[in-house]
Amino acid sequence: MHKAIALGAALFAFWLVLSGHYTPFLLAMGMFSVLLTLLIVQRMDAIAPEVTPSHLRPGLITYWCWLAVEIIKSSAAVARVILSPRPAIAQKIIFVPTSQTSDMGRVIFANSITLTPGTVTVETQDGYFTVHALNEAAADLAALAAMDKRVSAVEARR
Amino acid sequence: MIGILVQGASWLSLGIGAAFILIGALGIIRLPDFWSRIHAAGIIDTAGVGFITLGLMLQAGFTLITLKLLLIAVFIFITGPTATHAIANAAFAARLRPFALAGDESGTFDSGKKKS
Repeated sequence: MHKAIALGAALFAFWLVLSGHYTPFLLAMGMFSVLLTLLIVQRMDAIAPEVTPSHLRPGLITYWCWLAVEIIKSSAAVARVILSPRPAIAQKIIFVPTSQTSDMGRVIFANSITLTPGTVTVETQDGYFTVHALNEAAADLAALAAMDKRVSAVEARR
Repeated sequence: MIGILVQGASWLSLGIGAAFILIGALGIIRLPDFWSRIHAAGIIDTAGVGFITLGLMLQAGFTLITLKLLLIAVFIFITGPTATHAIANAAFAARLRPFALAGDESGTFDSGKKKS
């Protein structure tokens, strides 16, 4: 039940941000659409823990800041490859071990790998991801292991 | 004075974002195959989008528009890699193999290496 309330609150906050008009009539319409959405989600039996990821820690914010810096660094690296007169492409397929316990943690790690230019998660298996890397520098297993540790730290403390 | 600084930071951010998007577009043309081009596209929807939205947020200041831009950025940063993964996974399943593969730990990619 409290999952449904949390989802409803999040949806209404989202509606308030997107609306920008705060007359009683429009607020009532917003409330109505939130309740209708909740009813449909309830009927679909889809109020899963993943819908309201409230178990993720505030550490996620600092993780995002760290990830943003990583994205800028690897974007610059890939940009250098593109702009070089003869692009040095040495593509690699690597296995990256994962240590997350929840599906949400695995999704965050897989998406983080894909978000940093130079590496793309191709396939997810139990305990490891198959990752495609643009060149030797992008296929840095030590850096990916460090990212794995950070993601686990964000999801494990609940 | 603060206004000039904010404007400067905003235009710098927009310029960097535009540069990343141009480089990404160039990369999509220049790089040899699907698997390397996907990384060039990655620049566009991470660094490019990030810097452009940051620049626009500085233009908007502390308004509802900034909050909306923040939401746009969050959604792009969640859906972007998900779509990229879906495309890469589909290409893998369709047996499309990278050009100039330097190393393969899995062995599954090697089989189609000669034909790319």
